Amino acid sequence: MRVTQGAFSFLPDLTETQVRAQIQYCLDQGWAPGIEYTDDPHPRNTYWEMWAQPLFDLKDAAGVMQEIKACREAWPDHYVRINAFDAGHGWETVRLSFIVQRPAREPGFKLSRTVAQGRVLSYRTEAYALDRPEGERHG
Amino acid sequence: MAEAVSDPPPRIDLRREAEAAGVLDVLDQLDRELIGLAPVKRRIRETAALLVVERARQSLGLQAEPPTLHMSFTGNPGTGKTTVALRMAEILHRLGYCRRGHLISVTRDDLVGQYIGHTAPKTKDVIKKAMGGVLFIDEAYYLYRPENERDYGQEAIEILLQVMENARDDLVVILAGYGDRMARFFESNPGFRSRIGLHVDFPDYGDDELLRIAEIMLDRMSFRFAPAAREAFAEYVALRRSQPHFANARSVRNALDRMRLRLAHRLYESGLEVGTEDLTTLVETDVRASRVFSGGLPAAN
Repeated sequence: MRVTQGAFSFLPDLTETQVRAQIQYCLDQGWAPGIEYTDDPHPRNTYWEMWAQPLFDLKDAAGVMQEIKACREAWPDHYVRINAFDAGHGWETVRLSFIVQRPAREPGFKLSRTVAQGRVLSYRTEAYALDRPEGERHG
Repeated sequence: MAEAVSDPPPRIDLRREAEAAGVLDVLDQLDRELIGLAPVKRRIRETAALLVVERARQSLGLQAEPPTLHMSFTGNPGTGKTTVALRMAEILHRLGYCRRGHLISVTRDDLVGQYIGHTAPKTKDVIKKAMGGVLFIDEAYYLYRPENERDYGQEAIEILLQVMENARDDLVVILAGYGDRMARFFESNPGFRSRIGLHVDFPDYGDDELLRIAEIMLDRMSFRFAPAAREAFAEYVALRRSQPHFANARSVRNALDRMRLRLAHRLYESGLEVGTEDLTTLVETDVRASRVFSGGLPAAN
């Protein structure tokens, strides 16, 4: 099941040129792109691992593309996303976030129902990938 | 076959090409705003011509190996290296050899770290910031300190060399510094010499050129010399040159700043009402009060 998080996730995967253009847009707006990766695709898994530091004060997307490449090489079976942070007054938040790499196999989520006392139903969503230990989930 | 013969070979007007890219504007601006520096201007014009021709070759589908654009600017302090580097970034940008055309100016401190493992990320950070533009490394020879074999500068040098080779589309590196020390630096780091396509030597300014520079600077600040002050300043330049720490245009600027100070002090102390004339005119005494006329800086400097 394809994970749909962040912008453009319902579209086909962005090509390198498209990723570069999006990043250039972020830089032109004065946002600082940061690279993050994870292998736990759960929608509530908000804070992914940071790859190096956010890239402040860049003018050209080439530097970011270089870091993305390094991150992909280090984590070929992980999700990798770009967060563009706007430090402007009143915003101070992520303005654009999109996935730039996803694992080849995305096994999706299990929904389990537990019947508790009084026939109350509680639901639990869990990624199948989590059955395996960290680092081996999408290999 | 018949078609190929009847088709006239395409022609390109190089001048129009350069004009369309806005290169002529930048070159004219360079001519107008920078006094003297004839050999530098010639080199910049030659380089611009080369780049325009390369572009024309490319558009005709000829083999167009992008020229090596890394440069070294050598010359004494205050001869306009940084200013010319800024213009160079502009030219490269307009011709499409440089995507953003910004200039990141750094020295050893910005590239070399203070402890093991600090240098590489620091240098790479700077390089990432300079991508799409020009990385200007001032006093580049400080990167190399042969007297300390554990100096981290070597690490920065290696990263730079690698980037200059592999990321030639992303970044242009300009190394700058005093002529003799740069020559020694290149001798001990042959990798740099071979990766740099353009060596530009900045000559010292002549006395009359410095005087003209002073007048342009004053004009920009809405000041001017009284005729006697102008003569005094011409003397000042000749004297200042023979004294230590002479830094061409930078010395002139500092001298002008001190003269403005004296002007302000003189007007304030006089207690009289002042008009535009008084506020904008530097008189002879403002110039003559400089210690350059009384034997110059103490020998300790």
